[in-house]
Amino acid sequence: MDLILFLAFAAIAVICALSVVLQTHPIASALSLVGVMGALSVLYLLLGAEFIAMVQVIVYAGAVMVLFVFVIMLLNADAESPRSTSAMAKALGLPIFLAFAAVLALAVLRLFPDTPLVRFGEFTGGGPADVGMALFTRYLLPFEVISVLILIAIVGAVVLARKEID
Amino acid sequence: MPEGYVPLFIFLAVAILFPVVALILAKYIRPDVPSRVKLEAYECGIQTASDSRARYTVRFYIIAILFVIFDVEAIFLLPWAVRYQVLGWFGVAEVAVFLVVLAVGYVWAYKKGALEWI
Amino acid sequence: MEFFIVSTIKALLVFFVLMTTLAYLQWVERKVIAHIQLRQGPYRVGPHGLLQPLADVIKLITKEGIVPPHVNKFFYFLAPIIAVSMSLIAISVIPFGGEIEVFGITTHMQLTDLNIGLLLVLALASMGTYGIALAGWASNNKYSLLGGLRSSAQMVSYELPLSLAIASPLLLLNTLSLREMVTQQEGFMLGFLPNWTIFQGPAPQLVGMVLFLIAAFAETNRIPFDLPEAETELVAGFHAEYSSMKFAAFFMAEYSNMLTAAAVTTTVFLGGWLPALPGMAGDLIAPAVFATGGAVCLYHGLNPARKRDKYTLPVFALVFFGLAALFLAPPLKDIAMPLFWFGAKTGALLFVFIWIRGTLPRFRYDQLMGFCWKFLFPVAVLHLLATALLVALAG
Repeated sequence: MDLILFLAFAAIAVICALSVVLQTHPIASALSLVGVMGALSVLYLLLGAEFIAMVQVIVYAGAVMVLFVFVIMLLNADAESPRSTSAMAKALGLPIFLAFAAVLALAVLRLFPDTPLVRFGEFTGGGPADVGMALFTRYLLPFEVISVLILIAIVGAVVLARKEID
Repeated sequence: MPEGYVPLFIFLAVAILFPVVALILAKYIRPDVPSRVKLEAYECGIQTASDSRARYTVRFYIIAILFVIFDVEAIFLLPWAVRYQVLGWFGVAEVAVFLVVLAVGYVWAYKKGALEWI
Repeated sequence: MEFFIVSTIKALLVFFVLMTTLAYLQWVERKVIAHIQLRQGPYRVGPHGLLQPLADVIKLITKEGIVPPHVNKFFYFLAPIIAVSMSLIAISVIPFGGEIEVFGITTHMQLTDLNIGLLLVLALASMGTYGIALAGWASNNKYSLLGGLRSSAQMVSYELPLSLAIASPLLLLNTLSLREMVTQQEGFMLGFLPNWTIFQGPAPQLVGMVLFLIAAFAETNRIPFDLPEAETELVAGFHAEYSSMKFAAFFMAEYSNMLTAAAVTTTVFLGGWLPALPGMAGDLIAPAVFATGGAVCLYHGLNPARKRDKYTLPVFALVFFGLAALFLAPPLKDIAMPLFWFGAKTGALLFVFIWIRGTLPRFRYDQLMGFCWKFLFPVAVLHLLATALLVALAG
């Protein structure tokens, strides 16, 4: 059951991710990204990180992507016309990408040689109570620093926006 | 994944299938006799004058970006509320510091007029 | 495997009950608004217009569906699907009652209980924004786009006070699982006052509930916050270019959101399916209500001045008496009693939704946004802090 769900949603995530890159219309790309976020949240669920899964949907899919969609709608960004690509780019693109992915995978394996295998249903400490406890005792300092980060974000957003209005 | 999510996925499938099936079904049942007037953009009978994909006010953008920022704040308060009775006064102090810093930002944005809708 | 089958049966059952409720909710709304405005409301299809929902469904499914050539086809069809699915799923975490035994199988009167139940509801509410934003954009119509933008800006803004207002009762309940929330509210204080969060010490959540309801009104795009479809300025807002079944989907999504808002308020603030009165009084009120309903129907049915009701009202009276008997039969009582209390509380909240629609005018858009950002949001934060202080003081 877990495996079927994992394969299904991993496939959805990959297809949506490809669609983000391949779509010509910005709205279509943005919505594909929402699809990626949704599929990722199901993958988090499968790993037992329930709270993170929901935060993924609420913050990424429900807030950050709404901002993206808004900006695209407001600017009236239209479908981009496909650019002519050189024959060399077409021929070399995929092999170079595969080589890069292989190098990356190798590097990760070298850096963390004895990472244990992840099994579905093994980890159960991802509920809101566990996250709350960890966040407010062990990771208290990062939590308080986040408030400063949010403050900076507010200032940045307002300053940028004021420039637009005045 | 805990067992409790299985019914959720079943219901998800039902809830997505229902509108899809209903829309497809309606497509075969309903009559379809389009005419030029029917297919015009609905603007109360007046001829469409300009393209609808014009640019709209930047206000919507500011609201969206402020929402992203404060939504992160609100999300952090939920696990705090769930563990509150364990944390006690310590919990009050933690979140008070967190909220005071944010209140500074909120008051500043208010004074700057970022919350006005003009 | 048995769990899987039971879950599927429960899912289909909940789905059909939900669909029927949504259809009749719309009938109830039309009736109540009509009576507020001294009209009769639906009266032609069936006795007292009771078959009107069925007629509406047939009408909507057989109407011509106009797909204008200027729309963005894929997103134009995707939008209503997103809107309706996201609003329907939320009902799956709402508890309608406790543990029951049917045909030897013990199960809960709830589709599923998740320990992130409330977060799921909030997540679905935020995903519902896409349905409306997309509908407005894909229609390629000025009114639609403006309606869609307005509506999604409004929905995201009111999501903040919504999640902050719901955080304060969580300080008392300490869980995000909706079933546990209800069990936390069991019992009575001083022997008569139910231990619901709106009454529960040390910090009664009456203000929290009002804040939550205001935000929920805006989130469901109901009057006085129905700016997205403000007829006088935007024709029909984001669904101006939608007809037939596609329009019905948005309509259904709105009612489904309203139902979810009422059900969540009931569960978090009003003790869910728990009775409002202790002991025997709580057990007897349901049959008493239905018996009174039956008696009223019978009284009016026998009145010779009401010619049309001569046959229908006695039938209703019989139905009411039957329902009253249901609550007295021991095996059915355990199922019917929680459903009655849940339905009564949710129904009362839904009535408030409709009542306000019949009473209040609409906000102006700047007032709407100012109200959210300058009043509701800071008040919700202060309310949360005040609740936290009271709970901490009580130890």
